[in-house]
Amino acid sequence: MRMVFAETLTKLAREDKDICIVTPDMGYSILDVFEKEFPERFFNVGIAEQNAVSVAAGLALSGKKPYVYSIIPFVTMRCFEQIRVDVAYMNTNVKLVGVGAGFEYGSAGYTHQGVEDLSVMRCLPNMIVCAAGDNREIEEITKQSVQINKPMYIRIGRHNRGIFNHCEEIKIGKASVLQQGEDIALIATSNMLPGAFDYAEKLKKQGRKPYVISMHTVKPIDKELILDLVDKGVEINTFEEHTIVGGLGTAVAEVIAESGKGIKFKRFGIPDVFSHYVGNQYYIKDQFGLNFDK
Amino acid sequence: MTTPKQIRKDILTMGWKSKASHLGSALSLVEILYALYFQTANFSKEKVHDPERDKIILSKGHGSVALYSVLNRLGIISDEDIESYSQNGGRLPCHIDMTSAEGLEASAGSLGHGAGIGVGMALANKMDARTGRIFVIVGDGEIQEGSVWEAVALASTQKLDNFTLIVDFNGIQASDFSNKTIDQRNLSERLTAFGFDACDVDGHDVDALTAAFKRRSDKPTAIVAHTVKGKGVSFMENTVQSHYTKLTDELYEKALADVEGM
Repeated sequence: MRMVFAETLTKLAREDKDICIVTPDMGYSILDVFEKEFPERFFNVGIAEQNAVSVAAGLALSGKKPYVYSIIPFVTMRCFEQIRVDVAYMNTNVKLVGVGAGFEYGSAGYTHQGVEDLSVMRCLPNMIVCAAGDNREIEEITKQSVQINKPMYIRIGRHNRGIFNHCEEIKIGKASVLQQGEDIALIATSNMLPGAFDYAEKLKKQGRKPYVISMHTVKPIDKELILDLVDKGVEINTFEEHTIVGGLGTAVAEVIAESGKGIKFKRFGIPDVFSHYVGNQYYIKDQFGLNFDK
Repeated sequence: MTTPKQIRKDILTMGWKSKASHLGSALSLVEILYALYFQTANFSKEKVHDPERDKIILSKGHGSVALYSVLNRLGIISDEDIESYSQNGGRLPCHIDMTSAEGLEASAGSLGHGAGIGVGMALANKMDARTGRIFVIVGDGEIQEGSVWEAVALASTQKLDNFTLIVDFNGIQASDFSNKTIDQRNLSERLTAFGFDACDVDGHDVDALTAAFKRRSDKPTAIVAHTVKGKGVSFMENTVQSHYTKLTDELYEKALADVEGM
């Protein structure tokens, strides 16, 4: 998925001379495609995340369209205050691109895992938060991001299980209904999209009729779609490879809670604990009950 | 005609009306801003949106009242906004919000941000072959932030000869004398070691400052401007307290008289 991002951005950069990449020394072999073609627009600023974000804000204030690329914790949390002030508060056209959703860097250990990013990015005014579930989504989100003159966080994965979003149009801010259902809606984001399909198969065997919905934009959340499900009395389950505190599940719960109508609701995600598990993504997800393919 | 004395009086008046802090931090900045805006920079009311303009970032955002006064004297910030500085319903906060007025190149208040933003602007000017220079003013307390040094290292690596770092070295930070907190007495040597063309100047000597600002180099430049916190006001000069002094009617009168007699 990260290659699709890099290739898509490189293509876009051929048409738009303002697109540039700022990285605190990440993207080896991934961003090469961009760096080779546009060395004058590629800035490896060294292992200095705070500066990467401030420099990007300075570029944006001068009319450039910088994309800051790193592993999720380093492009969202290490430099959070720079994002808060130089990007969100100053409303600069900086795109933050975090790679390694959830436990994709599982074996690297907790320091490299991206499990709180949606929460911390979602709380900032002006910030659009996208989390791609497959290669089509990342391609569309990347293309549309160039046209959006606002701060944005894009969460992308390393790996890819295939194409899940076959909707004709994928639009930032609008959820994609990938499977029609009746009595329960499985709303997933980012790399839990395949898992939601797996869970749907289990439910179907129990005679239930699940919707499968990709919420590739976590902020602004597609309220209209959620309220429509609430009106129909449909049970909602959310799926995120992310803490259940403050991410997709919270965002959906807020809409449900303020609708004034009660429905059954459950969040699937990482409970409010640190993972000390050693192992790969699949193994760690297993420990939290987040694999549904068995 | 605008003079440093007039800017100091503006600072005192804003401080007296608002009862806001950081007057000492603004008073040390006056000649730096005067030499930049009135003697050096390609900047004026007509040029606030000109992409070729020189850009000045006041990274030590707590010195904002000095900048507000300068932009007011340049006809960019209205008298009304100056009158309502830091008051309910006003537009100008104690720390800079770039959306509150034209001519503010960046928001500031949290320390250690402006240098990186300035480096980004300098890179953009290089990319677009623009001639505008980028001046970033930091405090001597502020440069204890590691992010300033991240920006400095990048500026010299990228050979940003259009980037100038100005340190308002007034020797005092929020709680104590700065060299006692973190010893930075060899600051210009440190900046030289980082690849800057650095020099020390008297930060209240307009001609010396102007000459230092106008000097170009094939490296990024740094000017360590040695200043006095609270400059011009007898009871504020070189005191930690001047970071917090609230001007009563009596103190305001005394401060104005001090500045008048400078």
